Amino acid sequence: MTAKAAGSSPGSLRHSLPVFNPDFMREAALTSADEALHTALDNSVTKKDYGRRATLAELPDSDALRTLAGDIKRHTLDNLDYYLAQLEANVQKHGGHVHYALGRDDANQLVIDIARQTNSKLIVKSKSMVSEESELNHALEKAGLEPLETDLGEFILQVDNDHPSHIVMPVIHRNAKDIGRVFERYFKVPYTDDPQSLAEMARVYLRQRFNQADMGISGVNFAIADTGSIVLCTNEGNGRMCTSRPRVHVAIMGMEKIIPEMRDLPIFLKLLARSASGQALTQYTNIITGPRRADEHDGPDEFHLIIMDNGRSRILAGDYRDTLRCIRCGACLNACPIYRKVGGHTYGSVYPGPIGALITPLFNGLAEHKHLPHASSLCGACYEACPVKINIPEMLIHMKKDQIDQGIAGFGEKLIFRLWTTGLRYGWTYRLGQFAQRVGMRLLPHKDGWITRLPGPAKGWTAIRDFPQPPKNNFRTLWNQRRVDRGTPEGKR
Amino acid sequence: MAVVKTLEHFGCSVDFPQAQTCCGQPQFNNGYPQEARPLAERMIRVFKNSAYIVTPSGSCAAMIRDHYPELFKDDPAKHQEALDFAARCYEFVEFLTRVLKVDVSKLTLPDPQRFTYHYTCHLRGLGTTGEPCISLLKQLKGASFIPLEKAEQCCGFGGTFAVKYPDISGAIVRDKVQCGQKTGADVMIVNDGGCAMNIGGACHRQHGDFAVKHIAEVLASAIDAGESR
Ligand code: SF4
Repeated sequence: MTAKAAGSSPGSLRHSLPVFNPDFMREAALTSADEALHTALDNSVTKKDYGRRATLAELPDSDALRTLAGDIKRHTLDNLDYYLAQLEANVQKHGGHVHYALGRDDANQLVIDIARQTNSKLIVKSKSMVSEESELNHALEKAGLEPLETDLGEFILQVDNDHPSHIVMPVIHRNAKDIGRVFERYFKVPYTDDPQSLAEMARVYLRQRFNQADMGISGVNFAIADTGSIVLCTNEGNGRMCTSRPRVHVAIMGMEKIIPEMRDLPIFLKLLARSASGQALTQYTNIITGPRRADEHDGPDEFHLIIMDNGRSRILAGDYRDTLRCIRCGACLNACPIYRKVGGHTYGSVYPGPIGALITPLFNGLAEHKHLPHASSLCGACYEACPVKINIPEMLIHMKKDQIDQGIAGFGEKLIFRLWTTGLRYGWTYRLGQFAQRVGMRLLPHKDGWITRLPGPAKGWTAIRDFPQPPKNNFRTLWNQRRVDRGTPEGKR
Repeated sequence: MAVVKTLEHFGCSVDFPQAQTCCGQPQFNNGYPQEARPLAERMIRVFKNSAYIVTPSGSCAAMIRDHYPELFKDDPAKHQEALDFAARCYEFVEFLTRVLKVDVSKLTLPDPQRFTYHYTCHLRGLGTTGEPCISLLKQLKGASFIPLEKAEQCCGFGGTFAVKYPDISGAIVRDKVQCGQKTGADVMIVNDGGCAMNIGGACHRQHGDFAVKHIAEVLASAIDAGESR
């Protein structure tokens, strides 16, 4: 039982993450006008957000629990080399194989190699974001293998050639009518949009495929270093089928998914399902330690764990280490006002929402996805929701600064901020600015006290709302008037 | 002047140092901490002699408390000044309810009005909720309160965000105005200048029926009514 490392060239020329939508602004313009999408998102993510609040409130002190979970993750990341070695040793002790993949192509190749060695063709898959990162299905198909997504949402996306738009609820951007038509085409059955019947159709089909599959692929919610176990949390039970029915089980994880000890697990289980979907626990929680033992009835003959780097060690070494605490619960997406209006695909790659806005540029380079750190109102809802307390808004601000330092921000923008600051730094420039503003604003088109069109860089404001006309007497004027009336010199009350 | 009136009514003596400008939040939030620093220094200098600094726009208070100390983390003396300044700085409602512990149950509005309340995002940074303000509203005679759907969802202002991404910001604030309309309230309380401009501006553009006001304006109108009686 040896650990093998695949891939030797660090930072292959390809991006760490695939890019589906390079044009953020275009996509945002379309989705933010799509009322049907907004309604769908409101009915799902906004509800989940309230579910999260309600179930967390049942705990005696959820805030302390989140702090603890964040601290455990921080400690693990600070000692990642140690815990990786421990995990590897313990997986091997229980008869499993461990493989390291530097890039995403390396991870895919490892799976292909294992499939060839074990004579596997039909591969059933449970949900894994890391496999979205590596576009595993494409790679497997290219290699002549037959991957099949078995999470209902992922299955729909696979047969319709679509991408997930949410970390936890991948198919959230599609409605039942939509899915009805997909199934009508795929299963060649009469159209129905009854969710129950649609789910049943998929269930019957998948059940039969589970029995035929040679290999099962799963993601990893948590890998426990001191026992060599992996933990899977699912609601549909497909994860359990994928990992117990086929002869071979391959689990793929990002290298940050470790927690040190089994006794840490309950802390994360308490938080994960509550944060993700407002459930106390997911329907199924599997703790898998190695392949089937001699005296056991079910389980695979072989267990492989692929640990993927794909840019993570670079992130680990930089200012954004905290992002690797993420347990991919999706709570920040559900809480985010921007996500609720633009949906997942607008973010361009596999990770949407606040955490995606932050890590996508980290994976692919700050010059790429330039808009992502800016397209945030910095409202803080994501930070408030995050079960491991990743301060996303603060890091987005930091990223804007990094963009400026790396010369990615436009010269025009820099000039505006410099002038603005100068205007605010000195009493006379401030008064001059205020005066110019007041006079200027009187000249603009207006209607009952509101300006309807602002010029220059401010035109974005009046594109969708009016701007209040400054009152005749502003606060300073009134204040001074009062001071004169009362005969008090400035500084005295 | 509503803030001044309310504070004076509850026994404070109020000063407005003319040399103050802006706290530097826009600079800071856009990744220009070096531009925010001189503005922060100016603020700290200008308010050196004030016992408490009260701001009607809570996001300024959040900026001062959350980020001023961090701006000067490499300069121990200035860092201490920033901490000291931050400790004296309050958002208006927070000051009324935590420091002054006011009782507004004796105040009566000139005309009965229905209110709803938008939870402005800076409250997260200040570690407080909308409850204190809502309880003030509930105490006021002549005021009735109607909860706002998705009250805690950001209004889509976000400073330069509103100007840079009008499509997204517009979709968010439209939602806010619709929720406001649904309450049937006369007034939506929004205790932050930026958010109020955003929601008010969108409400005007969409021909909404509610007015957007700061809680200080409501309290001051009740105080006025009491004084004229
Ligand atoms: S950043 Fe936090 S809230 Fe968002 S998915 Fe990761 S763990 Fe969940």
